[in-house]
Amino acid sequence: MSAIIDPAALDRPNSYIGKSVPRPNLPKLVEGRGQYVDDVVLPRMVHVAFVRCPHAHALIKRIDAKDALAVPGVLRVFTGQDLAVVCDPWVAVLVHLAGMKSAPQYPLPLVRATWHGEAVVAVVADTRALAEDGVSRVLVDYDPLPAVADMETALAPGTPLIHPELGDNLCFQRINESGDVAAAFKAAHKIVEATFHTGRHTGVTLEPRSILADYNKGSGKLVVHHSTQAPHMMQGVFAKQLRMAEGDVRVICVDVGGSFGIKVHVYPDEVATVAIAKLMGRPVKFIADRLESFGSDIHARDHRIHGKMAVDAEGRITAIDIDDLTGIGPYSVYPRTSAIEGNQVINLVGGPYDFANYRAKTTVVLQNKTPTCQYRAVGHPIAVTVTEGLVDLAAEALGMDPITFRLKNLMRDDSYPRTSPAGMKFEGLSHIKSLGRLMDMIDYPALRAEQDAARAKGIYRGIGFAAFIELTNPSPFMYGIGGARISAQDGCSVRIDPDGSVVAATGVTEQGQGTEGIIRQIVAEAVGVAVGAVRVITGDTQNTPYGGGTWACRGAGIGGEAALQAGLATRAAALEVASAMLQAHADTLDIVDGNIVDRATAIIRMPLSELTRIVYFRGDTLPPGLPRELMQTRHFITKEYPFAFTNGIQACWLEVDVETGLIKLLKHWVVEDCGRIINPLLVDEQVRGGVVQGIGGALYEHCAYSPEGQLLVGSMADYLVPMAAEMPDIEVGHIETPTRESLLGAKGAGEAGTAGAPAAIMNAINDALRPLDAQVLAQPFSPERILQALGKVPMRG
Amino acid sequence: MKAPDFIYCRAESLADALRLKAEHGDQARWLAGGQSLLAALAFRLSEPTALIDISRIDALRGITFDAGVVRIGAGTTHTALGVSDIIRRHVPLLAEAVPLIAHAAIRNRGTIGGSLAFADPAAELPACCVALEATLIAVGPKGERRIAANAFFEGVYATALRDDELLTWIEIVAAQADEQQTLVELTRRSGDYAMAGVAAVLRGDAAEITHARLVFFALGDRPVAAAKAAALLVGKPLDEAQVALAATASAQEIDPAGDLNGGPEMKTHLAQVVLSRALRQIMTQAKAKAERTAA
Amino acid sequence: MTTHSITVTVNGESVRRAVQARLHLIDFLRGDLGLMGSHVACEHGVCGACTVRVDGAIVRGCLVLAASLDGASVETIEGVSDRGEIRDLQDAFIARNAAQCGFCTPGMLMCAADLLGSNAQPTRAEIREHISGNYCRCTGYQAIVDAIETTALKRVSSDAGGAKP
Ligand SMILES: Cc1cc2nc3c(=O)[nH]c(=O)nc-3n(C[C@H](O)[C@H](O)[C@H](O)COP(=O)(O)OP(=O)(O)OC[C@H]3O[C@@H](n4cnc5c(N)ncnc54)[C@H](O)[C@@H]3O)c2cc1C
Ligand code: FES
Ligand code: FES
Repeated sequence: MSAIIDPAALDRPNSYIGKSVPRPNLPKLVEGRGQYVDDVVLPRMVHVAFVRCPHAHALIKRIDAKDALAVPGVLRVFTGQDLAVVCDPWVAVLVHLAGMKSAPQYPLPLVRATWHGEAVVAVVADTRALAEDGVSRVLVDYDPLPAVADMETALAPGTPLIHPELGDNLCFQRINESGDVAAAFKAAHKIVEATFHTGRHTGVTLEPRSILADYNKGSGKLVVHHSTQAPHMMQGVFAKQLRMAEGDVRVICVDVGGSFGIKVHVYPDEVATVAIAKLMGRPVKFIADRLESFGSDIHARDHRIHGKMAVDAEGRITAIDIDDLTGIGPYSVYPRTSAIEGNQVINLVGGPYDFANYRAKTTVVLQNKTPTCQYRAVGHPIAVTVTEGLVDLAAEALGMDPITFRLKNLMRDDSYPRTSPAGMKFEGLSHIKSLGRLMDMIDYPALRAEQDAARAKGIYRGIGFAAFIELTNPSPFMYGIGGARISAQDGCSVRIDPDGSVVAATGVTEQGQGTEGIIRQIVAEAVGVAVGAVRVITGDTQNTPYGGGTWACRGAGIGGEAALQAGLATRAAALEVASAMLQAHADTLDIVDGNIVDRATAIIRMPLSELTRIVYFRGDTLPPGLPRELMQTRHFITKEYPFAFTNGIQACWLEVDVETGLIKLLKHWVVEDCGRIINPLLVDEQVRGGVVQGIGGALYEHCAYSPEGQLLVGSMADYLVPMAAEMPDIEVGHIETPTRESLLGAKGAGEAGTAGAPAAIMNAINDALRPLDAQVLAQPFSPERILQALGKVPMRG
Repeated sequence: MKAPDFIYCRAESLADALRLKAEHGDQARWLAGGQSLLAALAFRLSEPTALIDISRIDALRGITFDAGVVRIGAGTTHTALGVSDIIRRHVPLLAEAVPLIAHAAIRNRGTIGGSLAFADPAAELPACCVALEATLIAVGPKGERRIAANAFFEGVYATALRDDELLTWIEIVAAQADEQQTLVELTRRSGDYAMAGVAAVLRGDAAEITHARLVFFALGDRPVAAAKAAALLVGKPLDEAQVALAATASAQEIDPAGDLNGGPEMKTHLAQVVLSRALRQIMTQAKAKAERTAA
Repeated sequence: MTTHSITVTVNGESVRRAVQARLHLIDFLRGDLGLMGSHVACEHGVCGACTVRVDGAIVRGCLVLAASLDGASVETIEGVSDRGEIRDLQDAFIARNAAQCGFCTPGMLMCAADLLGSNAQPTRAEIREHISGNYCRCTGYQAIVDAIETTALKRVSSDAGGAKP
C-alpha cells in the first residue's frame, strides 16, 4: 500500500489533479468533428439489417429469401445456419456464481427465436435503406410457441421451458445470510415490510449501437470499428467466436456516443455483422436503428423485491430480510452474465447502515423478453430503493424524523475498515460527514416549514432522502474469478516525443465521462508538463496497453493510477538522462512546465525538448551505458479490497399534483464521496447526468410488455426519456475520503447519481402523500400509479 | 428506419397538385410539413407510391381577416400561426395551443392542414377547430367542399376528406366581445401529445353563460364534444358549483381507450380535471376582463 | 427508384446532386456531402440530434426530404462553426463541460443558437423549454442550460459595453 498522494506537494505549476481543466475532446465535438462509428466510411462497404422476430417465442419453420434477393442492391441473405459455419456460440455463466446456468447463444438463432425483437435473418445490401427493403421481403414462417412472460410464474410447474435442456427456467439463485435474522425479527420492537418493483429500463444511448467490421481475406486480419466500452474484451470475443488469433483482430473506437453499460456486452447482431464481414471479405456496417434498439439493446432492472426490516425500541435497525426476483430474458448475456445485477442487489442492500442480521435471496429467472444485463449503476438503484424505502417506513413506524433515524443507524465515519453484514469490505466511508454536508446545503427546517405552509393550501410537497454506497474500482473478484476474460487491471504507456510533448496510451476508454481529460491531467502533472503538451490515445487495441476499458467506475481509479505511475516513471527516466547531461544528481532536478529545472531554485536548466533532441538524434553524446527509456508503461490492479466503495446521500424536493398525479421536481441535492477528485467539473457533471438517468427510471422510463411478451414500446414517443424542461437544477457537494490502495486515491463517481435518485424521489413522493395516507412503491411513479395510490383511479388488470 | 421507396413530386399550384394526384392515383399521399407523415414512413407503417409535396403552394399559406372571419391557409406552419396578430386577436385559442404542439423545430415545418388531415386524436388543433366550429374547405377534382369541423373527424387518423381532396383553408368566425377561449392539457413532458386535454369556448357575462363548447382531445378516437356538460353551463352564471357539475357530467360523455400512460379510468378522471381547470381559467380570465373594462 | 436533381446551398456553397426521393436531409448531408456533424439517433422526429437550419429556421433533418429542398439553403454545425457564428456558445459549452459524449451537441447547439437569435435574455425556464425537444442522455441538461445562459448574459453585456463610447 502506498502513501496517499500529498496534494500540497503536488501544488506546483503543473498541478492539475483536483482542478476543473476543460476536456481536450470538446473543441472537436462542439464543431461536429468527432468520429463516431457511423462516420467511418470504407471502400466496398455494405450495410446489414436484420429481420427481427415479431413473437415472444416461436419456432423458425422456414426462411424464404427469394423476394429479398430480387431487390436490386440486396447482395446476400444470411440465416443462423449460414453464420454457424464460421462462428461458434457462447454461454454466459460465471463459475463463482454457483449453479448458474444458461444456454448456448448463436449470432442468429438456429431453431427457435426466444424474444420479440431477436434478430433472425441478416440482409446485406448496398445501403441501409436497400437492406431494409430486403428485410421487408424476407418471408419467415414462424410457429408461435407459448411464452414465459411473467417472472413470477417462470418457475411454476406447467410453465413452458425456454431451454428444455436446462431442466427449468432458473438461471441463478443465491442466499446471502449473516447473523440470526429469525431471532432479530422475533425480538423486534417494530417490523416494517413492503414490496417494491423497479421497472424494466433500457439505456437509450443517443448514438445507437454501431459496428463496422472489415475483414481482409488477403492478410487474414479483422479490423472492427466499434462503439464499445471494452475494445480489448471485444477483440478477444471476436477472435474466439470466429476462431481467429487474437493478434489478427484489431478493435478501434474513436468517439462513442454514450454507453452507460449498454455497450459493454456481446450482442448477437454485432457478432453476426463481424461473421458476415468474414464471410464476404468486405467491410460490413451495422448501425442499430431506434426501433430495433428498444428490442435488442439490453434491458435492466426488472425486479420485484419483498423487503422486511426490524428495529428495536431505540430506533436501531436490527435486521433486514430481502427476497429479490428478476426476469432476465431467454439468455444470460455474454460475458458478464445477467445474474450479476441480482447478485449486486443482495450484496448492496442495507449497505450504509450498521446492523447485524441480514438475509437476502435473489432468484434470477429466464423469460421470453429482451435479455437484461449490466446498465449504469448495476443493481444499486434497486438496492438503494429497497433499503431507503424500508428506512423511511421504519422511521415513520417509530414516529421518528427520517434524518434522525438515519443519523442513528448510518455507519460511523471512524468505524472503518469494516465488513458489512452482506459481506462487503469497506476501506473508508463518510456517511455521517456526508449527511452533515447535505444538511448544510438544504436547510432542512426551512423545507419542512415550507412543506407545512404548502399543505395548508392544499399543495403537497415532499422531501426524500437516500443514502447509498457505490461499488467502484472492481478487482478480478467481479468477473475474472468466474472465468470471464474481463480484465480488472489496466495499463498506460507514457512517452516523451522528440518535440518534448507527451503521449499517453491508455487501456481505459472515453464515452464522454472525460477519461481522456483526466488521463491528460494526471500525466501532465506526473511528468511535469502543461496539459496542452499531452496527447491521449484511447480505444485502439493495437496502440494501447491491454486493459478492461470503461465500466463499473474504474476509469479514474484504475486507469488513472496506471497513468500516474507511468507518468512518474517517465519523469524519473527523463531526469536520469538529465542528470547525466547536466552533471547533477537526479534528486536535485525536476521537470516543471516542460523544462528541466533545478529543484531547489526552480531555475531552468534546459527545456525538455533539448533533452529529447539529444536522446533521439544525438544519442552518441550520452554516456554509452545510460538508459534512455523515455517511454514507460505501468499497470495497476487493486489488491487489498475487491472493490473500492464510495458513498453519498441525495435529497429530492418535489411537488405532487394530487389531481393529476403529475410530479414537479423542484430541487435535487447530492453529496458524494468518490475519494480523490481529479476534476470537479467532470465529477459534478457525471453526478448530474447520473441523477437525471435515475429520475428517468423513477418517473418515466418503462419497457412495457403485453402479458403475452410483446414489447409495447417501439419509439421514443412510447419510451419516455427525461428531457430538459422537467429536470430540476441539481446541487452537488463533496466529501473526499481517498482510497489508500493507490497513490492517486481516486474511486469512481459515474454511477452515484443513478444509484440514489430513484429512492430519493420515491421517498419524497411518499413524504408528500403521507397526510393523504397514500404510498407508491412501484416504478415508474407514473401519474396513473400516483392516482391509484390516492384512490382516485382503480388499479389496472 | 428508412422510408420505403416512393416517387416525389412537388406541386407548384393547387391545380398542379390535383393534376399530380390524378396522375399518381390513390396510393399517392399529400406531403405537407412531413412531421407526421415522414415519421410514419420511417416505421414503414404505410407504403405510398408517391408523395405530392404541397408545401410550396403559395396559395395555401397565410392568414387573413375579412368580414369577421379568419381564414387560415392549410399550409400555414404552426410557427406562423403562433406569431400571427390576427390569430392572437381573433382566435386566441389557437395562439394558446401552438406552443403546446411538439417543439420549435417541428412547429417550423408542421402545418395546420397536416395536423387536421392527420387527425391524431391527441392533437390540439383538431379539438380547437371543433370547439371553434371552424369550417374546413376541401378542394378536389369535383370542386370545393365546405365541411363543418365536427363532421370532419371520423376516427383515429380518419377524416371526411376524400382521397383525392386537398384541405385548403380553414375558416373561423372571430371571437365575439363576450367570448372566452382556453385550452388545458396534461402531458408528462413538455411538447408530448397530451394524456388528456380540452379546448373550451364560452360566451356570456358574469350573470349568464350564453354559449359553451367544450371539446376533449386524447380522450376518444377523435375530438369529443362534451355537449351535455356544455349545455349545463348555458343560462347560468359560471361558478365553482357549475364547474363541478359540468366536470361530472362530462365523464359520461367520453369512452376513452387506455394507452401506455394509463387506463380508461385514469383518462376519464383526467378529463374532469382538465375541464375543471379550463373553466376555472375562464372564470379568472372573465374576471380580469371585467376589471379591465370597469377601470 | 426515382432520383431528383437538386441544387441546394449548403453552408454557403451551392451543391448539385441527384438524390433518391426517400433520402432525408441528414442522410443527404452525411452520405452525399460527407458532413458528419449532423447526427441521426431516432429518425422519427423525437430526439433532436438531427437539428439543422433550412432557410434560416431550425428543423428536424430526419423529417425533411432532401428532394424537397431544391433551391433551399441549409446550414449545419460545420457551417456555423466555420463562420464563427456561435464561437462564444461553443466556448461556453467547453468551459462548462456541457457536452459529454457529444452526440447530441451539434443539434443542441443549433437549437440553442435559435433561441438566442430570437430571445436575447431567456430565463432558465425558457432555455429548458426551448431545448425540451433535444434529448441528451449524458449531461442531465443543467450544464447545457448554464452554458446557454452564460452566453446570453455575455452577449447582452458586451452589446451594452459596445454601445458605450
Ligand atoms: C416529436 C413530435 C411531436 C409532436 N407532438 C405533437 C403534439 O403535441 N401535438 C400535435 O398536434 N402534433 C404533434 N406533432 C405532429 C405535428 O403537429 C405535425 O406537424 C402535424 O401532425 C402534421 O402536419 P404536417 O404538416 O407535418 O403534415 P404531414 O406530416 O405532411 O402530413 C400528415 C398527413 O396529412 C396529410 N395532409 C397534409 N396536408 C394535407 C392537406 N392540406 N390536405 C389533405 N391532406 C393533407 C398527409 O397526406 C398525411 O397523411 C408532433 C410531431 C413530432 C414529430
Ligand atoms: S434523428 Fe431526427 S429527431 Fe431524432
Ligand atoms: S452529451 Fe451525450 S447525449 Fe448529450
